[in-house]
Amino acid sequence: MSLVAMLASEATRFTIVLVMVAGLYIVIARNNMIKKLVGLSLFQSSVYLLYLLPGKIFGGTAPILDPRFDVYANPLPHVLILTAIVVGIGTLALGLALAIRIKEAYGTIEEDEVLARDRGQASPATRKAGTRG
Amino acid sequence: MSLIAAVDQHLPVIIVLAPLLGALLVALIRVEIASWPIAVIAALVSAMAAFRLVFGVETLGVVSYRLGGFAPDLGIEYRVDAVNALVLLLVTGISLATLVYARRSVADEIDSGRVPWFYAMMLVAMSGLLGMAITGDAFNAFVFLEISSLSTYTLIALGRDRRALVAAYQYLIVGTIGATFYVIGVGLLYLSTGTLNLALIIERLPDVTSPRALIAAEAFILVGIALKLALFPLHAWLPNAYGYAPSAATVLIASTATKVAVYLMARFLFGVFGIHVELGPVSVTGVLIVLSLGAMFVASAAAVFQRDVKRLLAFSSVAQIGYITLGLALANPAGLTGAFLHIVNHALMKGAAFMAIGAVLLRCGSSRLDDLAGIGRTMPATSVALTIAGLGLIGVPGTSGFVSKWYLVLGAFDDGKGWLAFLIVASSVIAVLYVGRILEVVWFREPSKTALAAREAPLGMLLPTLLLAGLTILFGIDAEFPARLAGAAASALLGGRP
Repeated sequence: MSLVAMLASEATRFTIVLVMVAGLYIVIARNNMIKKLVGLSLFQSSVYLLYLLPGKIFGGTAPILDPRFDVYANPLPHVLILTAIVVGIGTLALGLALAIRIKEAYGTIEEDEVLARDRGQASPATRKAGTRG
Repeated sequence: MSLIAAVDQHLPVIIVLAPLLGALLVALIRVEIASWPIAVIAALVSAMAAFRLVFGVETLGVVSYRLGGFAPDLGIEYRVDAVNALVLLLVTGISLATLVYARRSVADEIDSGRVPWFYAMMLVAMSGLLGMAITGDAFNAFVFLEISSLSTYTLIALGRDRRALVAAYQYLIVGTIGATFYVIGVGLLYLSTGTLNLALIIERLPDVTSPRALIAAEAFILVGIALKLALFPLHAWLPNAYGYAPSAATVLIASTATKVAVYLMARFLFGVFGIHVELGPVSVTGVLIVLSLGAMFVASAAAVFQRDVKRLLAFSSVAQIGYITLGLALANPAGLTGAFLHIVNHALMKGAAFMAIGAVLLRCGSSRLDDLAGIGRTMPATSVALTIAGLGLIGVPGTSGFVSKWYLVLGAFDDGKGWLAFLIVASSVIAVLYVGRILEVVWFREPSKTALAAREAPLGMLLPTLLLAGLTILFGIDAEFPARLAGAAASALLGGRP
């Protein structure tokens, strides 16, 4: 039993780190803006696991006050991660919205093509000609 | 009387809630004419609450507020001491000035249907920044960090140029990585100590037996925050974000967002981990000094070669943040006082400078350096404000920039690092170059056609600009008030427990 428990705890750490590194790698290595966001979401998900998995206690129950149970799992990480998931959804939604606007403005969501199209233009922040009153 | 007492009890939460509720109101009503007054009133309420709280803190020491009445180890605690009182006062004050300034600028730069959303986002950003500053809970700080970040990405994306979208997207990616690093660090701290309350973490840290988790936590948290405050090598997002955002948004972000991140870093460095405790094999102060010097020299040098004034000032911001983190790394009373003074002074100077550029953008339609030629003749008041801000960035005696650099030099000598004092002065010489470029173009070039056609900025924009520029001069001549607050902040941080 203890061997299983040990393996399980190592497995969770291994999973967390794998997801974390994979997500970060996608963000850095991919050129496509949607794929970058996918990587970012993976990276964030690994943090959810980082908080949640150590909170699991073998044989523990949800924190319900009842004389039959005396081992409870800590509910706080779940609450925290619920908040973090909401933040993650907000970030992903905003990122996708920006990707759509970029597609409309540039006609592409490949980052190098977007940058190349801007480089062809004149120097930055030339907005409107003439004065306004 | 009892009403005032009742309000006084809840001052810490009012500071954060006023802009948040204001944002909700603006977003629900969505009437363009009503948005600006609501935003200004919300910011005013928040600023008044902060002002009152600062004086409460000066007499009481520490104000603790329990959200929902839960004890700190279960609930969220708002904790105001000398350190974040200063930051709260700064953020509310600058936000109020920016919102007053924003009316004409926003009417010109933002499509009319989006104006209410713009003000709503400004208020949400303000609320997030204030929350980051006021909270005593590590995870709550993350939530507010993301609230302020998400609204900032939106503000940047509202810029007219399509490159604003790319700048916002790139900032979103980098900012989210930074925030996630921060949560990883907080998670490791939570696993080691079993609490998220900063004060309780400090109490329990000595009992943690394995230093490895703490080293990892410190590394993740510091790198995460460093991304947010654009510490040198991690500053790549900043020039584009500042350059393409709408003028009013640039003023708000440049003068408050990075400052609050610096505060958070100071809180973790001094309050939680203890700057003199060497956790890992790498000395935190040593790394911070090297990176600060990198910012001071490399970013200043990059600023010299910019063709757009907004981008030039953005690179200058990276350099000035270097001075602030240098003050943190010195970790002695004079150096820390200098750092906190520079947080205030740089916010005022950069606020004034970006406001002046926003006014030029309104009148001339461009922020390119060449298009500013001779603008001093047609927009004298704006140009004077820009000049004062520029002189402050160099650190000319008589401006507040001189006072904060003076404290930094003192701090360097106190630490026995005379060469550092020399480098601080040497890097100011580079600032002379880039500020000199602006001043030469503004005052001594023949006016271009657009400059001749330009008129002085409208009063609503001019007043906040001149106010911030005036404060830059005032705090340069009589630095008693900011130096007292900064000194109190420094001694609170060095005194160990907040």
